Amino acid sequence: MGRQSTLLLVAPAVLAIGVFMLIPMFIALAYSFMTADPYGGVQAPLTFDAYIQFLYQRDFDDSLVFASDYILIIVRSIYLAVATTAICLVLGLPVAWYIVCQDAERRRLLLFFITLPFWINTLIRTYCWILILRDEGLANKLLRALGVVADPLPLLYNDGSILLGLVYTFLPFMVLPIYSTLERIDPRLIEAAYDLYASRVAVFRRVIWPLAKPGALAGATLVFAPALGSFLAPDLLGGGKKLLIGSLIQMQFTSSRNWPFGAALSIAITAVILLVMVLRSWRAPQREARA
Amino acid sequence: MIELTGVSKTFTTRDVGVVAALKEVSLRIDGNEFFTLLGPSGCGKTTLLRLIGGFETPSTGRIRIDDLDVAALPPQKRPVNTVFQSYALFPHMTVAGNVAFGLEMCGWAKADIEARVKEALALVRLDGFAARKPAQLSGGQQQRVALARALAPRPKVLLLDEPLSALDLKLRKEMQGELKRLQRETGITFVLVTHDQEEALAMSDRIAVMRDGLVLQVGAPKAIYDNPNSRFVADFIGEANLVPGKVLGRNDALTVAVRPERVTLGRLNGHGARARGEIAGVTFLGLDTLYEILLDGTRVRARVRDAGEPFQPGDTVAVDWPDTAERELRH
Repeated sequence: MGRQSTLLLVAPAVLAIGVFMLIPMFIALAYSFMTADPYGGVQAPLTFDAYIQFLYQRDFDDSLVFASDYILIIVRSIYLAVATTAICLVLGLPVAWYIVCQDAERRRLLLFFITLPFWINTLIRTYCWILILRDEGLANKLLRALGVVADPLPLLYNDGSILLGLVYTFLPFMVLPIYSTLERIDPRLIEAAYDLYASRVAVFRRVIWPLAKPGALAGATLVFAPALGSFLAPDLLGGGKKLLIGSLIQMQFTSSRNWPFGAALSIAITAVILLVMVLRSWRAPQREARA
Repeated sequence: MIELTGVSKTFTTRDVGVVAALKEVSLRIDGNEFFTLLGPSGCGKTTLLRLIGGFETPSTGRIRIDDLDVAALPPQKRPVNTVFQSYALFPHMTVAGNVAFGLEMCGWAKADIEARVKEALALVRLDGFAARKPAQLSGGQQQRVALARALAPRPKVLLLDEPLSALDLKLRKEMQGELKRLQRETGITFVLVTHDQEEALAMSDRIAVMRDGLVLQVGAPKAIYDNPNSRFVADFIGEANLVPGKVLGRNDALTVAVRPERVTLGRLNGHGARARGEIAGVTFLGLDTLYEILLDGTRVRARVRDAGEPFQPGDTVAVDWPDTAERELRH
């Protein structure tokens, strides 16, 4: 094949990666070093102001004082994203295993159910949780009708409701990759493990889990990254009382009209996610060597 | 010793309904025996093996291993190990990890495991492969790992589900000898499932020929080959000419089986021959030549060694066999 036709054939892939991934990233990076236009958008000159604003507060005498507010928001966001990932894993693994154990027809049906929520707008689905969780909502009405509680429980507008919303939104992204790895496990391997005197726990720990791990890692990445930047569930179900990084970024581009700061915050969480992924790929070969 | 008494197994499938895979099978497999379940696909031989292994539970009947009723025991509680058709090696473990797995599950001490793994790998002649992953091995080597893994815990019974079917012919012949050697050296009862009658004849102490969920005949290879008890067995084990016949003086229809190698062909010289026929086909097999002869509308095969001047298609020949080569079959 000639050099030119090779270039032509790889062009769509290079274009897609460039247009959809690299260029937006560089725009965000560039914006984060510019000055905010009070009417939205950015303008010259180049400055580190956005990053300085992230770590320091400008005092009345114009001196910079270290401020941990934004760091705490990021830490809290990471904590909620990690919790979401962990809960999705604990729920998603048995669900995926259950689906794999069904016959082909039921499997198709159950997978359809897993993907069904994708067809309804996330905003509407998240709003439904408000109707369920609020004081006069379905859950509290049911609890009171059953006589479990006398006064409505504060189910809405706390970390619990944010977590619920995040897990609900991202669970399919955990189930599907785990399902695809579990589906490829030869059932004879499980029979072989039982044949070699393994208990149920040992079969899971020694055979199923090691083989499902790539899917679980893919699922964890697919859940963790968007959960970290998510703002719908935190805003609607958290009541916007405590800011999360997603909401904060969203605000910079809308009401606060501070695009450089929003871009800098985006770069910050991208750095966090990249760091997690680098740590992961750096530790993986070590584990491989020990096994 | 394995004893099966009146064992049946039925499966319920959505499209076909209830299928009887095994029908009231009773069988006794002795200790230290190389026993083969032989039959065409769908005869129930693999189901029988899976019942012994504990991967299926019988619908009726009893299974005893050394006077222990195992019908209700799961595979991990049976003194039985299996070599699977696809080997089923754990892809994420090394060769040594695979072989050690059963021993670890039995709670062996680390030093003992290491010693036994070494011993098992030496037994199947794979010393030096301990650190490899299954994907880095050839089919024949994977087969040996599967054997080492199943033999390492020293089970009372080793089940082998078509273990050689994925290997090429040369390797298959070599592994036949290996399996026989391993059985003799370990003294473990081997129960092998195969559809390859040559393999069964070459390796087994005894063979059970199966068809449609039934055991038709059990016996030593030579006994079954020399005295098949039905048309199916005669035809399935080795080759057989099935010639329709009649008992003199009575009206019973029966079939006479004659092995092709017992049939002799001669030039027509007018006397003695049982029948005359016409050569319809000649196949050169190396040492032997296989002739197909049309005999009163019946096709008869003759496997002839060193025929001198070979016959040509269209030749008319005298066909004969000794009376002692005839086996009367009634079904």
